[in-house]
Amino acid sequence: MSSGEFITSHAQAIRLFPTKLTRFRIALAAAFVLVFPFVASGYQLGLANLIFINVIAALGLNVITGFTGQISIGHGAFLGVGAYTSAYLVSVLGVPFFAAIVIAGLFTALVGSFFGVPSVRLKGLYLAIATLAAQFILEFVFRSWTSVTGGSNGMSAGSASAFGHELSGDTAFYWILLPIAALSLLFVRNLARTATGRALMAVRDHDLAAEIMGINLFRSKLIAFAIGSFLAGVAGALWGQYVGYVTPEQFTLGLSISLLVMIIVGGLGSALGCVLGAVFVTLLPEALSEGAALFVADPAAVAGTLAFLREGLFGALIIFVLVAEPAGLAARWQRIKTYWNVYPFAR
Amino acid sequence: MSLDALISLCVSGIVVGSVYAMTAIGFVVIYKTTRVINFAQGELMMVGAYICLFLTVDYKLPFWAAFLMTGIVCALLGYVIERVVLRRVIGDPIVSVIMITLGLGIVLKAIVGAIFGVDVRVLPTPIPDGAVSIGGTPVSYHYLFSMAFSVLAMCAFAAFFRWSRLGLAMRATSSDQQAAMAMGVNVGQIFALSWAIACVVSAVGGMLIATINGVNLGVSAFGLKVFPVVILGGLDSIVGAAVGGVLIGVLENVADGVFKSVFDLDGFRDVAAFVVLVLVLMIRPYGLFGQHDIERI
Repeated sequence: MSSGEFITSHAQAIRLFPTKLTRFRIALAAAFVLVFPFVASGYQLGLANLIFINVIAALGLNVITGFTGQISIGHGAFLGVGAYTSAYLVSVLGVPFFAAIVIAGLFTALVGSFFGVPSVRLKGLYLAIATLAAQFILEFVFRSWTSVTGGSNGMSAGSASAFGHELSGDTAFYWILLPIAALSLLFVRNLARTATGRALMAVRDHDLAAEIMGINLFRSKLIAFAIGSFLAGVAGALWGQYVGYVTPEQFTLGLSISLLVMIIVGGLGSALGCVLGAVFVTLLPEALSEGAALFVADPAAVAGTLAFLREGLFGALIIFVLVAEPAGLAARWQRIKTYWNVYPFAR
Repeated sequence: MSLDALISLCVSGIVVGSVYAMTAIGFVVIYKTTRVINFAQGELMMVGAYICLFLTVDYKLPFWAAFLMTGIVCALLGYVIERVVLRRVIGDPIVSVIMITLGLGIVLKAIVGAIFGVDVRVLPTPIPDGAVSIGGTPVSYHYLFSMAFSVLAMCAFAAFFRWSRLGLAMRATSSDQQAAMAMGVNVGQIFALSWAIACVVSAVGGMLIATINGVNLGVSAFGLKVFPVVILGGLDSIVGAAVGGVLIGVLENVADGVFKSVFDLDGFRDVAAFVVLVLVLMIRPYGLFGQHDIERI
């Protein structure tokens, strides 16, 4: 049991994994994700892949909204930009898989920064509405630029191949998505420890004070949008390649909302929260379906109603979490840890 | 495009725009008093339309009685929503409040969907079918009715805010909460009242849309149009909401028509308003009638 941290140097204070217990937990988690594909069914593997994609996208949104405090309701459309870019690169231009992912990320970063420019002038709800507009405008582009995106029919993402092997199936993508998600997690976790990351948080906490301390607001906000949409682009590209097909229906306002739910349920500004939120939001519909199957004798007969009920529970849960635990699951996790650290004395 | 087509696009734009204006007024009332951005405005419209449908079809109430009853039920609904949900998140970060209203929208849509299903239903109205000719353009009675009714309702609300005691208290709360409290205004009650009013206004908007298009879950999509409307009109201006509503209604109809005939591109209607929104935010973020003291860095 860790009963206290005794920090005697700066290097100690900014360590990534400060205590033995943390390192132990990380090792445990690593062991779990490494063993998982060998014991899981194909269906569970598919869910895990979706979680990885959501983790990457949520991390991106967390840099924009959690770190920098700039609300983005258009993140789902940024995923779409990444997905369409990589699909076009792979299926039409024949660019190799990994290059396509990176280029898609960079292109999305460009698009995201463009829509982030208004954030220099607009704050809070105005920015929220501006990004909502970005969502609809991008959706319109996906639907209408038929020669490139295939319109509402969508387009094939092409067949991905790397290291001379064709990539398809859940297992192959598990081993691609896992390292990328882990790297993104490490990157965002580290970002919080750098001068740039701290500048972003200063902008969130008090923009005027940040500016007086010499932080360039324009630069910081643009960096946040660039990093956030880069990750969104990568997530979208991976999703497109994984599913094999890209349609506008994947990148609607609903996706933007569920990404926001992930980072809020997880905890704003917390990298761990993104993982918890992504796991939670991805598994919730599955859990609700399973739960419904227990109570209803013939699920197929009431499928329509059940879908709505699932939707409604999702919405109710958003409200409940925000009212009951506004700081998210990550804060709850912290509290549980503290409780056991000081066990008999905690309330 | 012929002039006739243009005129008829303008006419239907004005009609839809007057409904936008109604809904936008609901949005502005909530924003002015409680500083909450309500993303569930469209779902409130949809709820109003469905309650009206339920009362007329299942309870066989006459249309006008159902209309009135819907108003009362929606006022209660708004009051309850504020008391149970929004009251608990006062002072929370803006993103949380936005997510709460988004969640509220999802819940309302799911409840209505689970009860009524997804089919389009016709709202029986006493308004006769047919059209009158205005300047050579046929305008259906349904259009005329919903336009007239929304103008009437807007005048009623303007009068309420201008002359009634409660309206005065609401204006006081929106201009300075603490001063209003010091003068004996029950600010908590005003918050709840503003949600009740917003719900009624959106329900009326929803019913008017329903008399034209019928009732289905798609009614809620109209709610997203309040954002271009209120940004164009000015977030804290009720006059702005009314003018902005009609402007956006006309503009998106004409833009849609032009895109269809010139570029052969469908579905521009839903984007046109948002393009306007982005332009307004870049050039004049406080809108046509809003206060200039918008926060800027």
